[in-house]
Parts: sequence; structure tokens; C-alpha cells
Amino acid sequence: MEVTVTVNGVEYRRETEPRRLLVDFIRTDLGLTGTHIGCDTTSCGACTVLLDGVPVKSCTMFAVQANGHELTTVEGLRRDGELSPVQAAFKEHHGLQCGFCTPGMMLVATALLGANPDPTEDEVRWALSGNICRCTGYANIVKAIQSAAATMHEGVRA
Amino acid sequence: MYPPAFDYAVPRSLDEALDLLAEVGDEGRVLAGGQSLIPMMKLRLAAPAHLVDINEISELSYIREVNGHLAIGALTRHADVVRSEIVGAGCSTMASAAPWVADPLVRNRGTVCGSVAHCDPEGDWNSVMLALGAEVVARSRTGERVIPISDFVVDFFTNALEPGEMVTELRVPRDDERSGGCYLKLERKIGDYATVGVAAHLRLDERGRIGRAGLALTSVAPVNLEVEEAERMMAGQEPSEELFAEAAEIAARTCQPQSDVRGPAEYKRAVVRAYTRRALHQALATARGER
Ligand SMILES: Cc1cc2nc3c(=O)[nH]c(=O)nc-3n(C[C@H](O)[C@H](O)[C@H](O)COP(=O)(O)OP(=O)(O)OC[C@H]3O[C@@H](n4cnc5c(N)ncnc54)[C@H](O)[C@@H]3O)c2cc1C
Ligand code: FES
Ligand code: FES
Repeated sequence: MEVTVTVNGVEYRRETEPRRLLVDFIRTDLGLTGTHIGCDTTSCGACTVLLDGVPVKSCTMFAVQANGHELTTVEGLRRDGELSPVQAAFKEHHGLQCGFCTPGMMLVATALLGANPDPTEDEVRWALSGNICRCTGYANIVKAIQSAAATMHEGVRA
Repeated sequence: MYPPAFDYAVPRSLDEALDLLAEVGDEGRVLAGGQSLIPMMKLRLAAPAHLVDINEISELSYIREVNGHLAIGALTRHADVVRSEIVGAGCSTMASAAPWVADPLVRNRGTVCGSVAHCDPEGDWNSVMLALGAEVVARSRTGERVIPISDFVVDFFTNALEPGEMVTELRVPRDDERSGGCYLKLERKIGDYATVGVAAHLRLDERGRIGRAGLALTSVAPVNLEVEEAERMMAGQEPSEELFAEAAEIAARTCQPQSDVRGPAEYKRAVVRAYTRRALHQALATARGER
């Protein structure tokens, strides 16, 4: 089947089998390897992408289902060559160690701050609860996201 | 992990979907949120030859209030229920269950009707629907059936649909000023299925007695278990601590928990007893407008 998807603002057209998983389509067919495969069983969130702005697990969708839709992967977070506020805050606050969960974490954070610009710690933790991190203990991830929220407010004021 | 090859169709309207389902018969499956079906296909526990993907049928995504009930469309996702003001105001039992179904990412894809159709005894929604006495609307090219949830849930992963039929809507009784309910779920971590789940719903009569009681359990039997003996026992009675304790005893006695990674059977039975009492008290408080 032919699939047309817009990924990070760029339109791609590819021939694919219906059983092709979205995560492999992104990583192998499009060569965007920032999206990770952790568990392959819908449990960890390492494969998170935004589908029309909504975080979903790309190991649990077929690529054909993205036909006509817009995807954002971690490669699409950067703006004009600069780290996005969420990316900069993860760097600043040590929101990552090995980095395996980080693309998923940052995409969930980006979607959260789009919907709720000033989340409480509880709201941040609740939003992240489908994404597993084996390194950080989450504390610095939460800190980074709250700091990104603050930076984005300043940006609006400036 | 990859499923075996299958044919894929993505209808744009319900009529088109029903035509496709009629063509493929029992070789076909509806693909809704895919949050149970795709994992099962990847593990090759399911190998449908044809998938009919309903995700582009936007007319099936709705939560509406119609004549004393809430109508939930086949494409309504768990996350839509979490956010819904109509559910928040009109169905305390669904509202208390929704945030505990799976995790936020799974809730963004998985659908309520898909869960109901799946008939996984560890799924939360069928307990809620049994306690509420909901109805399932099933359509095929030849017509529509409205099936009480207690007839729809046939067995372990088995529903009452015929080949060519799909669930198009759930009809859930709306809370009125004398009814309310709740869902209590014990889980090891977010995104885990219930160790035990209890759905309770009470409708009081004008004198404050129990008119109708609904009680159903998750993860402690081969199906979501409606505790009919306790429901009958409570009907017509004055609500009280003793009554709820007796209902909890019946629930603990009726359930058939298995020892597994989530705990030994006797532990689960004890949780059923404690949670049933707690859920009935909470349902009563909601029905009385105290919470
Ligand atoms: C990590 C994880 C954790 C989870 N935790 C929970 C949990 O705690 N509680 C819980 O209840 N569930 C849980 N689930 C399951 C989740 O809620 C699924 O979304 C749900 O069971 C199925 O809904 P779906 O829309 O994804 O259906 P699908 O996966 O698309 O379909 C499931 C089955 O139902 C059939 N079907 C779907 N829609 C229809 C329809 N309209 N008409 C006829 N047949 C239909 C399909 O053909 C298939 O056989 C979890 C899933 C995952 C991956
Ligand atoms: S790889 Fe998709 S959830 Fe783990
Ligand atoms: S930083 Fe290693 S898994 Fe999160």
C-alpha cells in the first residue's frame, strides 16, 4: 500500500506492507532513528511519537494507519537549529542519563505543555506515567519539564 | 515481533465498514484502538486475515446525552472519557474508572467499545458496564441489535457478536439525583491490569432504600463477574454497614481468583471483600449527593 505521511513537517510517500509497524517505518524506511524500540510490547513508551499532536506508542500502530496524518518525532523538536525549551531544560537539569527513554519523555512533555502550560508536579508525573525510565529516578525529568514550562512563560512575556 | 500478513481496509463511513465486514465474514476483525489487538497479533495469539480499521470514521467518535442515557461511539477513546464533562457530570462510575484504565499513551488510542468487545476479564470497562446495566448497540449490513451487557459478555474473550456485526455504540444509564457509583481498582503500577477491580452502582428510591444495585468484579474470574446474588440481596433494603458487609461476603465467596504474579488467590479474595464494602459506601455517598 502507498502511504503518505508528514513527519516533522516533511511529506514522505512510501510503499509499505500493511503489517509494517509504524516504529520500523520511521526508523528503517525513513531513517529517523531517534524514535527508540524498548519493549516492543506496548509497555515502555520509548517508541512514543506525536500523531496529530497526541502521544502514542508507535510499536502499537501500523504504518498504514498514519496515512494522511502528521507525525512529530524527536528530530522535529528543534526549532531553527536551536534546542526547544523542553530539550534545553532536559540538558540543563540532567533529565537524562543513558538517553534511551528521552525522546519519548520529551515528546510527552511537549504535548503536555501544549495543553497545560503550567502543570503541577502531580500533573507532570501523571502525564509521564506511560513512559518508563530505568536511569534517572524521574526527579530530574520532572524538574526539567517544570523548568521548561517556566522558560516558555518568560518567552511569552518577552 | 511481526504479525502474519493480512489485508487491510480503511473505510471512511460506517456503511462502508459494514459492507466490508459482511464481505470478509468471520475472517475479519475490526481494528479500533489496536491496543489489545495489535499486541495479540504481534505475539501471534490472533491472526485475522482481514482488518477493517475504523479509525477514520469520525462519525463514530462521540459522547452524547440522549433520553436519560449517555451514548458512547465506537471510536471514543479512553482519553476522551477522562476529559469528558458529560461523563464527569452524568456517570460517576465511568468517571472514576477512566483514569485507571491502562496508561496515558494507551488511553490516547484505546477505545471503550473496543475494550467492551474484547471481553478480557482483566479489562476494567466491562465491570463498569455490568454494574451500570449498560446496553451494547451492534450493527451489521442487515440491521441493528441492542444487547444488554450481561448477554453481550459471553465468556473469556468471547462476545455475542455474529460475523459481519460490529459494536457501534454503548448506552450507559445516566446518573439521576438518586443514583451514583464508583470503580475501585488495585493495581501494582500505572499501566498494569487490575489485581482486583470492583464496580458498584446504586439507585435509591424516594424513601432512600436501594432500588437497584449493580456490582461487578474485574480480574477474579474467567469473565468480568456480575455478583447477581449480592445485587438481589441488596434490592429493596435500607442501605447500612451490615448490608454492605454481607454483600462483600457474597462477592468474596462468589469470585474465583487465581494465584499469579499479582498475588495469591486468598489475598485477592480479601481485597474483593474490602473493596466491595468500600465501593458500596462510596456509591451510596454519591447517590445521596454527599460527594
Ligand atoms: C500496556 C497496556 C495496559 C493496559 N491496561 C489496561 C487496563 O488497565 N485496563 C483495561 O481495561 N485495559 C487495559 N489495556 C487494554 C486497552 O484498554 C485496550 O484499549 C482495550 O482492551 C481494547 O480497545 P481497543 O480500542 O484498543 O481495541 P482493539 O485492540 O482494536 O480491539 C480489541 C478486540 O475488540 C474487537 N473490536 C474493537 N472494536 C470493536 C467494535 N467496535 N466492534 C466489534 N469488535 C471490536 C477487535 O476486533 C479485537 O478483537 C491495556 C493495554 C496495554 C497495551
Ligand atoms: S517499544 Fe513501544 S512501548 Fe516499548
Ligand atoms: S535516561 Fe536511561 S532510561 Fe531514562
